[in-house]
Amino acid sequence: MSRYSVFSLFRHALSHHENWQKVWRNPTPKDVYDVVIVGGGGHGLATAYYLAKEHGITNVAVVEKGYLGGGNTARNTTILRSNYLWDEAAHLFEHSMKLWEGLSQDLNYNVMYSPRGVLNLGHNLQDMRDIERRVNANRLNGIDGEVLNAKQVQEICPLLDCSERARYPVLGASWQARGGVARHDAVAWGFARAADSLGVDLLQQTEVVGIRRHEGAVCGVETNRGFIAAKKVACVTAGSSSLLAKMVGMELPIESHPLQACVSEPIKPILDTVVMSNAVHGYMSQSDKGDLVIGAGIDSYTGYGQRGSFPVIEHTLAAICEMFPDVRRVRMNRAWGGIVDTTPDASPIISKTHIPGLYFNCGWGTGGFKATPGSGNVFAHTVAKDEPHPLAKPFSIDRFHSGHLIDEHGAAGVAH
Amino acid sequence: MSQQNRLAQGGRIDRNRVLNFSFAGQTYKGYEGDTLASALLANGVDVVGRSFKYSRARGITGHGSEEPNGVVQLGTGDSTVPNVRATQQELYSGLVSNPVAGWPSLQFDLMSYLGKAGAMMPPGFYYKTFMYPQKLWMTYEHFIRKAAGLGKAPTAPDPDTYDKFNQHCDVMVVGGGPAGLSAAYAAAKTGARVIIADEQSEMGGHLLTFEQTINGQSSSLWLAEMVAELNAMSNVKVLPKTTVMGYFDHNFLVAIERRTDHLGERAVSGTRQRSHRIRAKQVILAAGAQERPLVFANNDVPGVMLASSVTTYIKRYAVVPGHNLIVSTANDSGYLAAIEWSKAGRNVVGIADSRPHSDGALVAEAKALGIDVWFGHGVMEVKGGRRVYSASVAAISAEGDRIIGDVKTYDCDTVATSGGWSPVVHLSCHTGSRPVWRDDIIGFVPGKALQAQHCVGSIMGDHQLADCVHGGLETGSKAAAQAGFGDGELLMTKPDIERLAEGKAQALFLVPHKKNVSRAPKQFVDLQNDVTAAGIELATREGFESIEHVKRYTAMGFGTDQGKLGNVNGMAIAARSLGKSIEETGTTIFRPSYTPSTFGALAGRDADTLFDPERYTAIHQWHIDNGAVFEDVGQWKRPWYYPQPGESLSEALNRECLATRNSVGILDASTLGKIDIQGKDAREFLNRVYTNAWSKLAIGKCRYGLMLKEDGMIMDDGVTSCLADDHFIVTTTTGGAAAVLEWLELWHQTEWPELEVYMSSVTDHWSTMTISGPNARKVLAKVCHDIDLDKEAFKFMEWRNGSVAGVTARVFRISFTGELSYEINVSANDGLFVWEALIEAGKEFSITPYGTEAMHVLRAEKGFIIVGQDTDGSVTPYDMDMGWCVGKNKAFSFIGKRSFDRPDTQKADRKQFVGLKTKNSDEVLPEGAQAVWDPKQAIPMTMVGHVTSSYYSAVLGRSIALAVIKEGHKHKGETLYFPLADGRVIEAVICDYVFYDPEGERQNV
Amino acid sequence: MLHLFCPYCQELREENEFHYRGQAHIVRPKDPESLSDKEWGDYLFFRNNSKGIHHEMWYHVSGCRRFFNVTRNTVTYEIYETYKIGETPAVTDKEETE
Repeated sequence: MSRYSVFSLFRHALSHHENWQKVWRNPTPKDVYDVVIVGGGGHGLATAYYLAKEHGITNVAVVEKGYLGGGNTARNTTILRSNYLWDEAAHLFEHSMKLWEGLSQDLNYNVMYSPRGVLNLGHNLQDMRDIERRVNANRLNGIDGEVLNAKQVQEICPLLDCSERARYPVLGASWQARGGVARHDAVAWGFARAADSLGVDLLQQTEVVGIRRHEGAVCGVETNRGFIAAKKVACVTAGSSSLLAKMVGMELPIESHPLQACVSEPIKPILDTVVMSNAVHGYMSQSDKGDLVIGAGIDSYTGYGQRGSFPVIEHTLAAICEMFPDVRRVRMNRAWGGIVDTTPDASPIISKTHIPGLYFNCGWGTGGFKATPGSGNVFAHTVAKDEPHPLAKPFSIDRFHSGHLIDEHGAAGVAH
Repeated sequence: MSQQNRLAQGGRIDRNRVLNFSFAGQTYKGYEGDTLASALLANGVDVVGRSFKYSRARGITGHGSEEPNGVVQLGTGDSTVPNVRATQQELYSGLVSNPVAGWPSLQFDLMSYLGKAGAMMPPGFYYKTFMYPQKLWMTYEHFIRKAAGLGKAPTAPDPDTYDKFNQHCDVMVVGGGPAGLSAAYAAAKTGARVIIADEQSEMGGHLLTFEQTINGQSSSLWLAEMVAELNAMSNVKVLPKTTVMGYFDHNFLVAIERRTDHLGERAVSGTRQRSHRIRAKQVILAAGAQERPLVFANNDVPGVMLASSVTTYIKRYAVVPGHNLIVSTANDSGYLAAIEWSKAGRNVVGIADSRPHSDGALVAEAKALGIDVWFGHGVMEVKGGRRVYSASVAAISAEGDRIIGDVKTYDCDTVATSGGWSPVVHLSCHTGSRPVWRDDIIGFVPGKALQAQHCVGSIMGDHQLADCVHGGLETGSKAAAQAGFGDGELLMTKPDIERLAEGKAQALFLVPHKKNVSRAPKQFVDLQNDVTAAGIELATREGFESIEHVKRYTAMGFGTDQGKLGNVNGMAIAARSLGKSIEETGTTIFRPSYTPSTFGALAGRDADTLFDPERYTAIHQWHIDNGAVFEDVGQWKRPWYYPQPGESLSEALNRECLATRNSVGILDASTLGKIDIQGKDAREFLNRVYTNAWSKLAIGKCRYGLMLKEDGMIMDDGVTSCLADDHFIVTTTTGGAAAVLEWLELWHQTEWPELEVYMSSVTDHWSTMTISGPNARKVLAKVCHDIDLDKEAFKFMEWRNGSVAGVTARVFRISFTGELSYEINVSANDGLFVWEALIEAGKEFSITPYGTEAMHVLRAEKGFIIVGQDTDGSVTPYDMDMGWCVGKNKAFSFIGKRSFDRPDTQKADRKQFVGLKTKNSDEVLPEGAQAVWDPKQAIPMTMVGHVTSSYYSAVLGRSIALAVIKEGHKHKGETLYFPLADGRVIEAVICDYVFYDPEGERQNV
Repeated sequence: MLHLFCPYCQELREENEFHYRGQAHIVRPKDPESLSDKEWGDYLFFRNNSKGIHHEMWYHVSGCRRFFNVTRNTVTYEIYETYKIGETPAVTDKEETE
């Protein structure tokens, strides 16, 4: 892999950029891999990268039915934070946050990790109790966090209306300074390029249509390009998890719902942090390009259509107009939808299954992007060792039978 | 010179109405009927902005919603709008506009020097740099952000309002060109309800700039008659200035009508914009087609325009945007620009037509006007900075892929290009239908219709007027029939329209240059995002092979124009670079909004106080009059506390609590959910949905109940009273009322329909006021004479019918404070009257209104839980030490019961509900404080629970707290530590959760 | 925005009037205590999450307050039928396993 730097950019500029190396190969599938990862989104690519980098397993294929990073990686609002309530989730997301902090350098690809801080607003007394509880827990878990009052929130975010005028006035917020945003496409591409350079085969336009077993254990995947043998199969396919599970006769505690987002036209910087509100239900940040990036709610009904219900957009923009009355004349440029796999406790599933050699990493709901490096990291460990990573252990699928749920609806940010 | 490019006659403008306006601080004049763009061109304004990456001068290039360059800041202050397309903004008197980029001024742009370093900024350069050191990214980002972005948001709240209309129609027609008008007309004649919307200020589409004969008459006459007729029909709604921004499921469309944007910056009266939410039985897409420019070197220099735009400015606005024109085209339609230019009396240098020849009617007309036509040629490059001054015309191969002869350079100031027409497939994409490439029309057309949708006219590649009008009539008639109107037979005769002879168009997207793409001067594909042909080729060379990757890597199509001009060219260039066909490469998908939609218009009235309904009790005004501070609980406004002048929250709180403990307090409890349940199986139903047993609850008795979810976790609580053997009244938490009713209905209707039970929410029917305290009976006795209030006659946990202050009432003797309490329920209409009567009666006992905060303290002193505060959906009745209200011997396995036996709910170290007393009795633990056994341990610490409720108890003279702590009961008497964010560590001892009157004697007096 | 036909009101009404209530035809076990933890967990949390034909419950919250079933395509969102609780759907996915 030729390294990227300002010097390489300068050198290539002299030759009119005609000699850049390909970011990744377009290989033909081998007959057999040690691990086949189904799903070439951020989480799948990260899994491949860490399998190769940390576990020395390089005979790996990432099988993607469309193009790399084309699912929820390409459709989310890029918010990063780790201020989850329960210990299990907090440790997992904080593991991810620490990886974000050095990711551009690790991958030699600028993922534009921008720790500009995240505000989670409170609009009623119970919100504030919950915020206090979460921040206290975060701090004792080693995660940065502060509880702010309305005045402090106003200082951090002048655009936000913190006055009494609002239907649900801002009473305060939690503040995670290390939280922020990153460039979503760059995350997928950076992991893909780095995994490819370690020998991982990235197989795009390759759709898994079946999972083959031999004497009970997984032995490979059937694809539209033929059978690909594998000792282990790891499924990381947000929006299609239930379909893959069905290939081996499993059901999952998952329902797939459309989740929408929208952006404004690009405007000059007016918002320097990420603002999230559960109660009023709007969240917004501003991209480096100048777009206001707005997360909408989840559709109540299940759907695989990658488009959502319009009233959800209307309601979201009403919330944005309520929270930020200055931007009512700004215009929405584009709205789109992704498919999120929601679990009953709004926590993910990172798990072995009852089938030897088959692993699932799914159920990230509305909050998977921030977990990308951490999810890949612990999943790679789980697959490599056939033993859950200590941080992944609580997220086993067994919890839905034992009852040990990790209810993160409050911290998940989007009301389910 | 004023309006030097304006023609003396012609155009759809009113020369008698002169409008003054300004751009970049200069004032100009235009006419009514102008757009800002046409008025700027009339005044010879070439440069309207700077490109965002390379900071190159940019001029108007289009004439409608496709315009990528002419994007301005409209207005000032609180009513400014960023990124308004000058081509769509109608001119009004006093219009103020400014460029969105260019610093310090358009004429001298410092940023353009940065732009000269363009070679260092290929697509994706930022992914490859700015990485080291990590910390510096925030600094780089600061400058990147400053340079990016177009206009500025207002700096104060929007002074205007917006609204929404819900519309229902049989046939919705999108697009008011000849096809759309004809379709609307034919459908309307059947009696169907029709809505036709068009984004322009007037209906007509292509006919506003093009004339042909219809039934022997001028097409403009036909247009005028058609519009007049549609306007006159009562079953037709004609919506000009209205953009259909999205097409959603089940034929639901949203159209934004700009009601006042053509009149001024602010809406003088009424709403500024209106969102029409349209449910249509049938949809006809007649949105037309968008001309594509040709891509060539320096094609962004001001003076390079779409051929159809040149025609439009001349014909519709009587503006000729230059003096010496060269046309570069790959089809016949580009000739029209030269024809009109020539007719306007200005010089056409020549027409470079990439095709070997054409026998089309327009070609013949151009030749007849003496215009030079250079077949087999294209404009390879233009020169100029702030305006084109010359164009290099080259002979190109028949395949259009290379230069095959000499290059001649001609002086000119305007280059009009036409690469063909791209159907406006956006709305059909919104439904999830993928567009389909058609080689014969060189464009994508809407894919398979997924809803009751029809397409007609140039959206299907049918550009001939005859096809549009005849097809429109047929489609309108067919759609109406499918909506149940008419039989599909045309109710009118099709007008005679001559077909124009047309030469076959050529599929040319990028005009070749002598240098290869990576070395030629910049050939722009997406003008707004500065995406070049070289950039697209680089993306494919680097391995971004999917068209989605190309789009994302280069940012093509991400502008405010959503790539209306550039996308197809970009896909074609990418396809060629990948060695694939356009069909194989495919297209990206367009998303709503078709053009950007104002946030306010999408929010409508749902802002400010109407963002969410506010619910008030019948006694609300009294609370306001008596100085209450309110708390939001769900949608309700509840009195939080009633400060007297100069009183702080804690002072008011202590006063309210002590008054209740020592004499009597009064609480407005009307917001509690109340569900009336009747039917012979009501008891059995309650047995199933509550943990408690209800079989033996006698008439006149009340019982506290817990409701669980099927996972065994507490969901809601409240007191249920037996009114008759088949009649109960259930109370719920304030926030949970609606969800509980839905929950009960769910179980009844879907699992146990055999149970005869009926339920109804009666929350709003009743006003509920609680008088609580040792003097409560005395107060009640003064206003209630028909109930025996004797403590043996009317016991705790009983209810009675009677009258209070002469008003029929239900009185419940239940208590959430631990004091002698009566909850008086009267009809909501009488609520305020009875409340005031109780206040009056209580005067001698200094009856004190108390709010939710005092209620919280009083109940906490008694260890009563609040669902949602002391519980969080992860605790069972046993966790809360409430096994006493779980009916273990009920025959039916009530909801949630089975879940108690799961390993996690059985485990020994679950958190348990306990009380806490701080070592320092004045210190109040913060709610949400986390408990640890060892405050000195390293982070991450092992947390064992948290504080759910915490107050200063005035009656006890110390702080109290409630908490859930792992194995809390086992550790009673032990000390826990609470490390806080501010560095303090509070020590507290675990105790029983009942702090006051543990024997419960006070409520039984 | 979906347009749903309420089989009780006998009218097409807007999505806003309804609440979605999840997969239809999940029958509460008659004797929960006899179920294993696995079986009980399956009943509580595991869903078929069909891509394609899906039978689901809706509640006409702002209308007649009745629950009813809908057969809907979860990809195209086309609604094939709505039917009352207790009735069987006319449109089913052949591959659907019970």
